[in-house]
Amino acid sequence: MMAALRDAFLSAVIALGLFVPMVGLVLDNGDRGLVLRGRPIAAAVLVGLVFVGRLVMHLWADRPGKEARTIRASKIVPKAANRFVAPILLAAAVLLPLTGSRYYVDLGTLVLTYVMLGWGLNIVVGLAGLLDLGYVAFYAVGAYSYALLAEHFGLGFWICLPLAGIMAAFWGVLLGFPVLRLRGDYLAIVTLAFGEIIRVLLINWVSLTHGPNGITDIPRPTLFGLRFSMDDGDDTVAGFFGIEAETIHRVIFLYYLILALALLTNWVTLRLRRLPLGRAWEALREDEIACRSLGINVTTTKLTAFATGAMFAGFAGAFFATRQAFISPESFTFIESATVLAIVVLGGLGSQLGVALAALVMVGGLEMLRDLLSTVGEQMGSEWFSGLAGDLPTYRMLIFGLALVVMMVLRPRGLVSGRTATAEMR
Amino acid sequence: MTNVPGVPALAYALQQLINGVTLGMIYGLIAVGYTMVYGIIGMINFAHGDIFMVGSFLSLIALLGLASLGITAVPLALALTLIFAAGLAALYGWTVERVAYRPLRGSFRLAPLISAIGMSIVLQNFVQVGQGARVKPMEALLPGGIALMDDGNFAVQLSWMQIAIVVTTLVVLAVFTWLVTKTPLGRSMRACEQDLKMAGLMGIDTDRTISLTFVIGAALAAVAGLLFLLYYGVIDFFIGFLAGVKAFTAAVLGGIGSLPGAVLGGLLIGLIEVGWSAFLPVEYKDVAAFSVLILVLIFRPNGIMGRAEVEKV
Repeated sequence: MMAALRDAFLSAVIALGLFVPMVGLVLDNGDRGLVLRGRPIAAAVLVGLVFVGRLVMHLWADRPGKEARTIRASKIVPKAANRFVAPILLAAAVLLPLTGSRYYVDLGTLVLTYVMLGWGLNIVVGLAGLLDLGYVAFYAVGAYSYALLAEHFGLGFWICLPLAGIMAAFWGVLLGFPVLRLRGDYLAIVTLAFGEIIRVLLINWVSLTHGPNGITDIPRPTLFGLRFSMDDGDDTVAGFFGIEAETIHRVIFLYYLILALALLTNWVTLRLRRLPLGRAWEALREDEIACRSLGINVTTTKLTAFATGAMFAGFAGAFFATRQAFISPESFTFIESATVLAIVVLGGLGSQLGVALAALVMVGGLEMLRDLLSTVGEQMGSEWFSGLAGDLPTYRMLIFGLALVVMMVLRPRGLVSGRTATAEMR
Repeated sequence: MTNVPGVPALAYALQQLINGVTLGMIYGLIAVGYTMVYGIIGMINFAHGDIFMVGSFLSLIALLGLASLGITAVPLALALTLIFAAGLAALYGWTVERVAYRPLRGSFRLAPLISAIGMSIVLQNFVQVGQGARVKPMEALLPGGIALMDDGNFAVQLSWMQIAIVVTTLVVLAVFTWLVTKTPLGRSMRACEQDLKMAGLMGIDTDRTISLTFVIGAALAAVAGLLFLLYYGVIDFFIGFLAGVKAFTAAVLGGIGSLPGAVLGGLLIGLIEVGWSAFLPVEYKDVAAFSVLILVLIFRPNGIMGRAEVEKV
């Protein structure tokens, strides 16, 4: 107890050094240059939190009967999760539009986009063990492929969807070919650099991409040639089926589209894992040198993983472009790559269900929390809640970052422990 | 743009050389931190660029604080700021290592890197939340300079600030070289760099040595942060990302693990960036740095002064 108190005190002293200048003093942009403003309470609260947190950590670590409990928990959770949670989630996803609420369907579409990106990146990071920090580049390639093909050649969504995937996969191979012989951490930095190069190109190649203004009026998708439009023509969905035209039809259609695309990603991944190729990916993740000794062509194996992951990012990109009807380089920053990576890591590298859950919690959960806070703020007329709701997007990345660190430190194998190999020698 | 009309080519090139060396010194200081950590524990300290950014903010806070206390003598204010920023950034470096990296030693291959990326995001957003997202401008502390080769319409400007940056960097690097080559701490650092396990068996406290490596690296990054603030006069919470990638490029270019290589690489990257901005489309100057990184990694992954690395089972 004394040791715990002393350690907590020392942590608080360090926190004092960390937080007093950075939080306790704030640089305000005043009318005549910067002014320094004191904020002692915020700093004191943070230092207090560190003290209490450290103390609780010690007490928790020393609690009686700890060993037995952890072993039991880790054995039960994954099996039960795989058997029940996945079908329930799937059913909920299919039934969601029946609520008829535009808000939930939009939110669901957003979450599913991240689920799909997460599953795509999972092939690269989770299965093949290649850390890709520039995944958003392929997402951008997919989105711009569709937007540019539609703008210059008037092609529709359904023709462009596979083309966007092929383009992204092509870029994946183009980038992957020279760099895939690099060590894991070098590869991470190079993919990061590649992602930034693509973004800088998109901003500055104005004649092709319209630069920072982005591309507007990207055509919406059609349902077997039927448009989603408010006029009652024969070639619109509403006119063909003889129903009232409403925007919600298109929103729901887009929702089912991304659901189908995400499930396709999942299905392809699950099937690939049973092929020799998928087995080779997992072997590569565990030990590259052993793989090479056993005669697996490491470069080809890595390249297929890279290209497959990139292809699904391309599909998602084309979907993103058609859903927004507007894209600009703003949407493809490193933050997006980091968000998708956070989802994959939190889900437990390699676990399909984990990725879906992580996307649901991290994207959907935070979005709903923000709306809840702003509603509460409006209802109570409380500045504090509305202010917190406004700040939440800023805190979101802080939470993502902390989650990455905490996950790696506490459960490097993920929440749903998915890093188990598909095939195992017994 | 190839040549500015009415400007002698030689003078123009000399001006770019001066600017490039100044910028290169800043990159070199950051690169030393990357290369030291990589040399000892073989990980890319992704959060290092953000420590540099934190150091830059600490410097700005200290400068404003000293001004409000009435300390306006420039050399004294700079010296106090340097000590303050380096000390507190060192504390940040120590904390990052203790919280995010030490528990992961011996974990699977990508774990420390992912944790480092997390830490980088945390630091960036911590500063954004704490200090606001707007850019922070500062007026020049040391205006003016010397004009060289003045021919009436173009003079090569060597500002006091550039001289201060080069002198500070050289002094700091001299102290650092003495620390690494002559002190017991430097000896244990070099021993850990050669073989971590063996160094531990020889009675070196490896955990402490690694901690101190992070502390020294962070202090150097904070010095770079102060110099960056003085040179550009404007900072924001995102500067660590670009500067970090460029400094990492410098470390790789010089040969990762090699300390003189890091400084040399920093100078080269500074010159490449300034040269590109001077003669080629300036919007693509960051692409130049990134391309250099990719090209070096593909064609000469061991850098200029690095050793070949053998991967063992």
